[in-house]
Amino acid sequence: MDFLRPASWEEALAAKAEHPAAVPIAGGTDVMVEINFGHRRPDHLLDLNRIGELAEWESGADSVRLGASVPYAAIMENLRAELPGLALASHTVASPQIRNRGGVGGNLGTASPAGDAHPALLAAGAEVEAESAARGSRRIPIDDFYTGVKRNALAPDELIRAVHIKKADGPQQYSKVGTRNAMVIAVCAFGLALHPATRTVRTGIGSAAPTPVRAKTAEEFLNAALEEDGLWDNGETITPSVAQRFADLCAAACNPIDDVRGTAGYRRRAVGVMARRTLTWTWESYRGTRRTLKGAA
Amino acid sequence: MRVSLTVNGRPQEADDVWEGESLLYVLRERLGLPGSKNACEQGECGSCTVRLDGVPVCACLVAAGQAEGRDVVTVEGLADHARQRAEGGGTRGTGGSETGTPLRDAQRWKAEGGDSRTGEGTELSPIQQAFLEAGAVQCGFCTPGLLVMADELLERNPNPADADIREALCGNLCRCTGYEKIMDAVRLAASR
Ligand SMILES: Cc1cc2nc3c(=O)[nH]c(=O)nc-3n(C[C@H](O)[C@H](O)[C@H](O)COP(=O)(O)OP(=O)(O)OC[C@H]3O[C@@H](n4cnc5c(N)ncnc54)[C@H](O)[C@@H]3O)c2cc1C
Ligand code: FES
Ligand code: FES
Repeated sequence: MDFLRPASWEEALAAKAEHPAAVPIAGGTDVMVEINFGHRRPDHLLDLNRIGELAEWESGADSVRLGASVPYAAIMENLRAELPGLALASHTVASPQIRNRGGVGGNLGTASPAGDAHPALLAAGAEVEAESAARGSRRIPIDDFYTGVKRNALAPDELIRAVHIKKADGPQQYSKVGTRNAMVIAVCAFGLALHPATRTVRTGIGSAAPTPVRAKTAEEFLNAALEEDGLWDNGETITPSVAQRFADLCAAACNPIDDVRGTAGYRRRAVGVMARRTLTWTWESYRGTRRTLKGAA
Repeated sequence: MRVSLTVNGRPQEADDVWEGESLLYVLRERLGLPGSKNACEQGECGSCTVRLDGVPVCACLVAAGQAEGRDVVTVEGLADHARQRAEGGGTRGTGGSETGTPLRDAQRWKAEGGDSRTGEGTELSPIQQAFLEAGAVQCGFCTPGLLVMADELLERNPNPADADIREALCGNLCRCTGYEKIMDAVRLAASR
């Protein structure tokens, strides 16, 4: 095995071009487990820790450019206002030790259906900035990124440089089912973001289908229902029947399996419950901010 | 490959390191520092917790080559680390100086020179002393990781609420104590 230690992004791309099978290692919280247990013996490990810019983020007008290796701990601490859904999801990952090392680039690299960043990214809206020495940079919409169980849209010579995530324009929530409050891989998870600016709602479902998915039919139903009743403007509560229909459609968007963590039936039901709850939480929060805004005006 | 790093304030070198090896393996097997424990090798138990450039991490999940040129503190250097913090109010400089814990002392480290049950006559960090006094150590396998983690918590937050302690230690498993005595120990260290 060779340990490649590029000092810059350009060097890393060159190394990946020369050795497309090289395994990038950022926080190592997925890669090292596989190596320690002998599940993976790559010819080359490509260390990304020396590339300082990967651990940096930048807040623009509409989105945050999050370096691929920014650890979860930094997201929780610094980006709670801009990326509330991702910050909440980050807080549910493993333990402080893991959150000090692991980050979104690694979560996307692994592309596990249970990865906690995915539902938050799907709900917020995001693009993955991927780059290769041969073809340069491209932006992959998050909806096109997950291509199968632990598969993603990266080409063998590509690396993730950053993720561009829409800044929150309304309340966001993240909910996860597991047996403990810490150190738990999701049985299933649900992310929801209200986007008052475009009058839309977006969702993300984790661990209940071969890939992370959005519940698009549920989103369309809810967008129409909110519009029809003028709810974005009048700030009334969402009726229980609309919330329930939304929850049922979210459950229907799942394509889960039975495994050691839970049954397909349980997952479907739990996703419905989480959908209803996160909708209530975010909508009540939206109504609250509307009231305060009005009061201030 | 060769890996050069600072361990407990002193520069160290490890030779013949396999490229897929973990920092934990380097510390235990190459440098002879068995304080950091190897239980799960998958980040689940926290017994291998060390500080990497000040940040608590699972040493079993850091590739040896990623530790090149970086600053590591293990439980063997915790007393010295805590003393320097108390004296200087800052972190140690890396490499070369007379400060830090020499490898040979670290390798031989045990609560000796006094009563190992009370810690008397031994240089211990406040958190180590509190663990002894509170009875937070049974088999002791989880203890090094918990000590490193709890020490870092108190460095950041000298007055943690119970929820803060639980949150900070949620990645460290103990199969003996039931955690209550560990909570007592951290509260005790914080109160001093
Ligand atoms: C004890 C434990 C508990 C965990 N709990 C959770 C949990 O609750 N939720 C969760 O989502 N995950 C969990 N994980 C998994 C892991 O921590 C996350 O997937 C994390 O986000 C991985 O990030 P990393 O930087 O450590 O990735 P690494 O291990 O360094 O890399 C992961 C994958 O991504 C690739 N990669 C990394 N960076 C790039 C890049 N820039 N470009 C292209 N490919 C790249 C690597 O080659 C590898 O295939 C847990 C892991 C452990 C050990
Ligand atoms: S040995 Fe590293 S976390 Fe268990
Ligand atoms: S004292 Fe035995 S595992 Fe904690």
